[in-house]
Amino acid sequence: MQAVLDVVSSALLLGGVALAVVAGVGLLRFPDLFSRMHAATKPATLGLLMVCLGAALVMDDGAHSSKLLLVAAFQFLTAPVAAHMIGRAAYRAGTGDLDALVVDDLRGVSDGSATPQAVRGTRTDGTAMEDPAPEVP
Amino acid sequence: MTTVALVCYIGLAVASVAALVRLCLGPTVPDRIVALDNLLYVVVIGIAVAAATTGSGAFLGVLVAVSLLAFVGTATVARFIERRGGE
Repeated sequence: MQAVLDVVSSALLLGGVALAVVAGVGLLRFPDLFSRMHAATKPATLGLLMVCLGAALVMDDGAHSSKLLLVAAFQFLTAPVAAHMIGRAAYRAGTGDLDALVVDDLRGVSDGSATPQAVRGTRTDGTAMEDPAPEVP
Repeated sequence: MTTVALVCYIGLAVASVAALVRLCLGPTVPDRIVALDNLLYVVVIGIAVAAATTGSGAFLGVLVAVSLLAFVGTATVARFIERRGGE
């Protein structure tokens, strides 16, 4: 039983670390902020969950395991919020590469030059998408 | 388990060097925040790996504190950029 737990835990630890390495490579290689964020949010949720689960499996003390699971649960609450805040702040500050976006639903919304209904379902080059999102009542 | 720990630490070293390079190169403040955030998660993962491979729970309090700090720091600087601009 202990050997099985060790193998599962090792696989989870190595998987989480592999995600961290992939995120590091993505941070270096990707061209703009939004694609870098896409790479960097993988170890923040899935990688940390795998590592915390792997560590919790081999801990002798239940208090230690519960602390690790608490970190994983808290991470799932905060990581999307933090990523959303960075993305929104970067968009409003105009630092992301907005010309590289295929669909930009926020274009014209922040500065009030267009209504959300007029912008929804429009590509950055002005052409309409084939299947625009339904209107929100 | 010792071999696993060694491989994990080498991988985390590579990941943290990549995040540090992005932190230095920038070019904008949000890029640096994303890199710094990533670096903190590498630290958290490293502490969890150390706890798993040694079986000691001594640093698990640090784990909780660093993961909280990562969120608070990111949220604070994001608010700051939104008011001031990201250059």
